[in-house]
Amino acid sequence: MAERVRFTVDGRPAEAEAGVSLLAALWNDGVCAVRRSVSGEARGPLCGMGSCFECRVTLDGQPHVRSCLTPVRDGMSVMLRAASPPAPALADASVAPGTGEERLQAEVVVVGGGPAGLAGAVHAAEAGARTLLVDTHPRPGGQIWRHRKDPPAAASDWIARFARARVTPLVGTTVVDAADRQLLLDHEGRPRRVRFDRLVLATGARERFLPFPGWTLPGVVGVGGAQAMLKAGARFSGKRVVVAGSGPLLLAVAAALAKEGARIVGVAEQAPLGRLAAFGGGLWRSPRKIAEGLGYGARLVGVPYRAGAWVREVEEEAGVLRATLTDGRRSWSWDCDVLACGYGLVPNLELPRLLGCETAAERVVLGAAQQTSVPGIFAAGELGGVAGVDHALVPGAIAGLAAAGREVPAGLVRERDRELAFGARLSRAFELRDELRRLARPDTPVCRCEDVVHGHFQALSSSREAKLATRAGMGPCQGRVCGPALGFVHGWPEGTTRPPLAPTPLGVLVGGPGDARDPGGVSGEL
Amino acid sequence: MSSSPSVIVVGAGVVGSACAEALAEAGCRVSVLDAAFPGAGVTGAAMGHLVVMDDSDAQFALTSYSRHLWSERATTLPPELEDEACGTLWVAVDDEEMAHVHKKAAYYSERGEPVEVLDSHTLRQAEPQLRAGLVGALRVPDDRVVYPPAAARHFLERARARGAAVESGAHVEELAPGRVRCAGGWREADLVVNAAGPEAPRLTPGLPIVPRKGHLVITDRYPGFLHHQVVELGYLKSAHTLTRESVAMNVQPRKTGQLLVGSSRELVGWDASLNRALLSRMLRRAAEFIPGLPRLDALRTWTGFRPATPDKLPLVGMWEKGLWIAAGHEGLGVTTAPGTARLLADLVLGRAPAIDPTPFDPRRSLPAHG
Repeated sequence: MAERVRFTVDGRPAEAEAGVSLLAALWNDGVCAVRRSVSGEARGPLCGMGSCFECRVTLDGQPHVRSCLTPVRDGMSVMLRAASPPAPALADASVAPGTGEERLQAEVVVVGGGPAGLAGAVHAAEAGARTLLVDTHPRPGGQIWRHRKDPPAAASDWIARFARARVTPLVGTTVVDAADRQLLLDHEGRPRRVRFDRLVLATGARERFLPFPGWTLPGVVGVGGAQAMLKAGARFSGKRVVVAGSGPLLLAVAAALAKEGARIVGVAEQAPLGRLAAFGGGLWRSPRKIAEGLGYGARLVGVPYRAGAWVREVEEEAGVLRATLTDGRRSWSWDCDVLACGYGLVPNLELPRLLGCETAAERVVLGAAQQTSVPGIFAAGELGGVAGVDHALVPGAIAGLAAAGREVPAGLVRERDRELAFGARLSRAFELRDELRRLARPDTPVCRCEDVVHGHFQALSSSREAKLATRAGMGPCQGRVCGPALGFVHGWPEGTTRPPLAPTPLGVLVGGPGDARDPGGVSGEL
Repeated sequence: MSSSPSVIVVGAGVVGSACAEALAEAGCRVSVLDAAFPGAGVTGAAMGHLVVMDDSDAQFALTSYSRHLWSERATTLPPELEDEACGTLWVAVDDEEMAHVHKKAAYYSERGEPVEVLDSHTLRQAEPQLRAGLVGALRVPDDRVVYPPAAARHFLERARARGAAVESGAHVEELAPGRVRCAGGWREADLVVNAAGPEAPRLTPGLPIVPRKGHLVITDRYPGFLHHQVVELGYLKSAHTLTRESVAMNVQPRKTGQLLVGSSRELVGWDASLNRALLSRMLRRAAEFIPGLPRLDALRTWTGFRPATPDKLPLVGMWEKGLWIAAGHEGLGVTTAPGTARLLADLVLGRAPAIDPTPFDPRRSLPAHG
């Protein structure tokens, strides 16, 4: 039996398997509603990967800690549902003086440790460039390769190659600001500054969520969210799960959950069967064929799969979620313990935008060698258009080689262009239907951080006006959830990006805590 | 001119919106034009501190008058204004500043503004997060905080209820007595009010207003961390030097539990980019007073442009027949919006204003900027 750790939840003792995330530990302990929203609603995890901020808890007296990003440890004291978490205790409130910032320098800095970032860093380092990789998570691999156990062979191979490639890894480190060939990093509340000659952005993507009545109920999670939680050690065995939304991830996650013992009540893909069939080269004439075509047939025998169907509403009664689905003509209900619902991916464009890289249609505008509009800055993976798991490696390799000043082999470019064409076909196949813009009711929350409901957006005309008039997007997720939703529902482009890119201790923004004799000195350049 | 003229207000910031409300209440036919949307400019970037200031007798008269107008309507403000009577603490770091506290206390008291002098000990009790060793503070208990863009929207809502028309996305290209050009067409009224804040001189050349940039940072929610808006007395030095780049500790607890951390001042034209060095200095300065601050999570930083005049007083009154000004409020636009609006409406309608309007006359002789 795996090692156990002991922690407390609101003073009550609890146990967890060592190595799982705090969120998974709480989930396995039966705690789904981990916090109260600003208007007092019970909320549970949504994205599972640090974007949505719904899994915040007060940990050892520190409020606003994302439990999904925190490994559970022996002796932790977790307080839930504090609508007004206490201020940090005065005794430990100040950062210890004399702990100045750390400064680093590299020829190539790669931001993001998923497949694109790993490939970029490995190629840059193998080409001889002094290379450094920054990733928020404690281990490289990105969302897709974040396996606690049994990682796929490709993941192990790349992580091993990465380890051999003499890349300096800066893990558990978040980029919070960038300017003038420098990144300001938050490493466990301490500032680090990295100067780069060339930069490879591989910040990946997060899940797209769309508001519908009931989507803020605990137990409603993302599809990628369920997958991330599963990888972080959350158990789904015995749970009835509905998987809905859009994209190839639906079947992958349904199969993964089924493998772990979940009972998949049904899978609902909003894209119509006709478009999926066209995507499958005409071979996907039935839902069954799609599941087989994607290799999930065996795991999903007997599971209802509805194409052209979506969740209209979810309600909770006596601890059971009742999802009402529709295909536009008829409606039906599926009862479940967990509704996993997500609408594909949104690239994390915040850092490229802050650096001034041109973006268009939810992607970074890129040249043949993955270069952005800013000289010396390259981008790869989902930033260049969402294509999927294996399609990030080639652009990552190109970006890494180009950043190291190497010629990019024509073969790689051709392969990348094929991937891009595939990505474009994928986007067309899973294009979101118009009906999804009209799911929210006037009282449906849209901004989950600030509890701003759909009705408040009427008579407004831009995301900035909405922000100032309603507080939508002003919470800790800074519009990562509601921004793309408002963009889809109202057609509003997202507003400007301002530092910090994630909630960051003020001491990190100061650039080095506690030294009042040096007013501004260290931060003259950033 | 009839007793209730038609008016075009240019600019739906907090000042223009308040003017629209006051003029509509007085029976004027009001239309408000804003290039973007209500509160989109300096109002949307502002702190929303409703504070009585004593840089000059005139400044005291306007801020005191106006903050009392705010207090009178406090019970009718909708919740989105996040109104809170948190008071202000003017913090003294040394005996020289403490002497200033006593002087300030006497000045405010003589004019009927309640104040309280705190010594080192009572200051610590009032704000335990302030560092030890501060000499004392002046407490102005009736000062308040509101959320500025919501204030602008609220004033406009009330103006609308009295018949005013409000147009967003209406970019005024040219402005003249009694008319404005907007989207290529001229619109006419008995008079035009230029309330375009830092943009006012673009429409009325010759107005002595320059953009004075500031930075702000907002934190996550930490209810109870601070109880007052806390400002260092050195703020006055910072606020009063018009050319130098300066920072001062000015930290505000919001009703949400968030903290708004300022302040900086610099004259760099319309460059809205973050000045990281200045931001760092500003945060460092705040942390010198509030040692626990560096541990709190910042959510967002931004910049804004205060409409600054050479004598730190706004321009409120007639510029020429048919063209009136309500602009140039620097960092006090939210505080003085209701007072400005009442003053302007009184002058427009020929009523006797509650405070002497001459220090705010836009045609007063002023020193040059800088």
